[in-house]
Amino acid sequence: MPPGDQEIRSIIEPYLNKTGGLITALRAVQEAIGHLPEETDAIAADIFNLSRAEVMGVISFYADFHRAPKGRTVIRLCAAEACQAAGGRGLQEQVEGRLALKMGETAPSGNITLETVYCLGLCSAAPAAMVGERLLARADVERVADALNDADGNAARG
Amino acid sequence: MGDALNLFLPLDSVAVALGADDVASALRDEAAKRKLDVTITRTGSRGMHWLEPLLEVESDGVRFGYGPVDIGDVGALLDAVAANVRHPKALGSVQDIPFFKHQTRIIFERCGIIDPVSTDQYLSHGGGAGLDKALRMSGAEICEEVLASGVRGRGGAGFPAGIKWKTVAETRADQKYIVANADEGDSGTFADRMIMEGDPFLLIEGMTIAGVAVGATKGYIYLRSEYPVAARILAQAIDRAYSAGLIGENIRGSGERFDIELFVGAGAYICGEETSLLESLEGKRGEVRAKPPLPAVEGLFGKPTLVHNVITLCSIPHILAEGAASYRDLGVGKSTGTMPFQIAGNVKHGGLYETAFGLPLRALVEEIGGGARTGRPVRAVQIGGPLGAYLPPSLFHLQMDYETMLANGAGVGHGGIVVFDEDVDLLEQARYAFEFCAEESCGKCTPCRVGSVRGVEVMDRIRDDIDREQNLTVLDDLCELMVDGSLCAMGGMTPIPVKSALKHFPEDFAINRGKSDAE
Repeated sequence: MPPGDQEIRSIIEPYLNKTGGLITALRAVQEAIGHLPEETDAIAADIFNLSRAEVMGVISFYADFHRAPKGRTVIRLCAAEACQAAGGRGLQEQVEGRLALKMGETAPSGNITLETVYCLGLCSAAPAAMVGERLLARADVERVADALNDADGNAARG
Repeated sequence: MGDALNLFLPLDSVAVALGADDVASALRDEAAKRKLDVTITRTGSRGMHWLEPLLEVESDGVRFGYGPVDIGDVGALLDAVAANVRHPKALGSVQDIPFFKHQTRIIFERCGIIDPVSTDQYLSHGGGAGLDKALRMSGAEICEEVLASGVRGRGGAGFPAGIKWKTVAETRADQKYIVANADEGDSGTFADRMIMEGDPFLLIEGMTIAGVAVGATKGYIYLRSEYPVAARILAQAIDRAYSAGLIGENIRGSGERFDIELFVGAGAYICGEETSLLESLEGKRGEVRAKPPLPAVEGLFGKPTLVHNVITLCSIPHILAEGAASYRDLGVGKSTGTMPFQIAGNVKHGGLYETAFGLPLRALVEEIGGGARTGRPVRAVQIGGPLGAYLPPSLFHLQMDYETMLANGAGVGHGGIVVFDEDVDLLEQARYAFEFCAEESCGKCTPCRVGSVRGVEVMDRIRDDIDREQNLTVLDDLCELMVDGSLCAMGGMTPIPVKSALKHFPEDFAINRGKSDAE
């Protein structure tokens, strides 16, 4: 069932008087629903006394916010310099090949989204990856695949 | 049966990403099977990341290390400890490991040793001494002490911290703010993350001293969303700091007030730039502001705001506790105190090494870092993140301090050193510098927003031998325009990695480049 306007409103309202409340409110909506549906803009604009354009401007500015649902498990591969130095580009190609997905794509099944991240702060044990909530350092394609299996298992049980 | 066996295992992101949580559960299971009574304390990391997960076992007050520990090692390891025989993963006393032993740890002195969210352990290991001293001084005296220490901003710009403090202190306003910039987005850097995960009360103490000094009653920690472990630990630490009276309405019984709130960003490298960060903290797009006015005069919500990098703030408690003179004695020239250098990328001994300024780059890359992990010759290092210079081994004799780096077209930045072996293609790295700028530009300044896209195109043409000479001229013009026409370091410093690559590695940009292109 799609989320109702009332649900979105009730998620956003508590953040009205918080510092930087709009960003935190948008994150809360996204955590509850999985993405930011179009209706969010008008509701947030109304609550924060902003124009819809201002809300859309914030949503489009930050990489964490997304309009469409992502896969059940998101795989993030670091593309920054320290990981490049330690084989990150090769890892990306291998993961793309294994999953038959390109960076930025979601599998048609809706199970997996593959995306780029710029630095997880694991640069001393590069390359780094994040599979769902799980951090991986000195990542290779096998460890990414294993973590994906675990995440799938957890999702199926959950 | 004797007393419980005291075990220590990091909860730091790197250790967790290398399996520390699995090792912790294996330890509990295997200890239970053996009816061994164990206490496992989760700590920060010691910073020797090639040894993570690094398990420590306390015996007669000495902590003996084992690492890197795999879950398969755990049973045999407990047996060896119980029987008092040597296990193959034994490293001896942790503080005697050369990488650790030769550091000067004044910021990371407790990191890896105590439970990061225990105020009792923090206070009993020397924490709070700086704050207690500050609470007996006037604001102006504290600012003077910070100025006298010579400590400079560790976020990258290297501006003398004391001058900022004085500006905020002397600006009259009904509300002032302290903002800790924990948007540590530079690749190759993780010192902020490590200290926030391993000794978060140090940051809280540094911010509180700053608040007392400049007359600010409210502080924010602006943390990037890519650091979920740090977010969890900071939130817990802030709660406990309130309960212990380290912050709140009556700090340590002094009558002074200081509140701290954690704010998590939403994925934007540019928000590490202080004015962009302030916009973001106000809930807006993180677009850079023109300076002046300086944030010290008109910052968050137009109020005087002291914005400092995490490591700068974490340097403050020691300065107050031990005095400016002892801090200034460390380091060289105008680069006073210590810097937690972060050794990363293709390197054998990656990790964090805190030392006084003045070591040659070669010591950090080769002696301490151990050279490339692949065993091949090191061909380049990038210092100070994506906006930092690429340097060749012929410059590894350079001393790591602000002035020497600047004089050689480079910068210390946030202290990150990314090591590359001979496989690196510097044209590809220069192209990436533009690509990253295009991805992360806030869009306000045209030279940055459009110039970065043009930069990628120009690099592609040079790589493909299309009008090479003309394109090299365009590249030069483009870099000059970005430097002159950008408000902040994003556009203004992207030319640094590009031009340093071109200068020190011209062969990678030449016709018939030495390598075959990876296409």
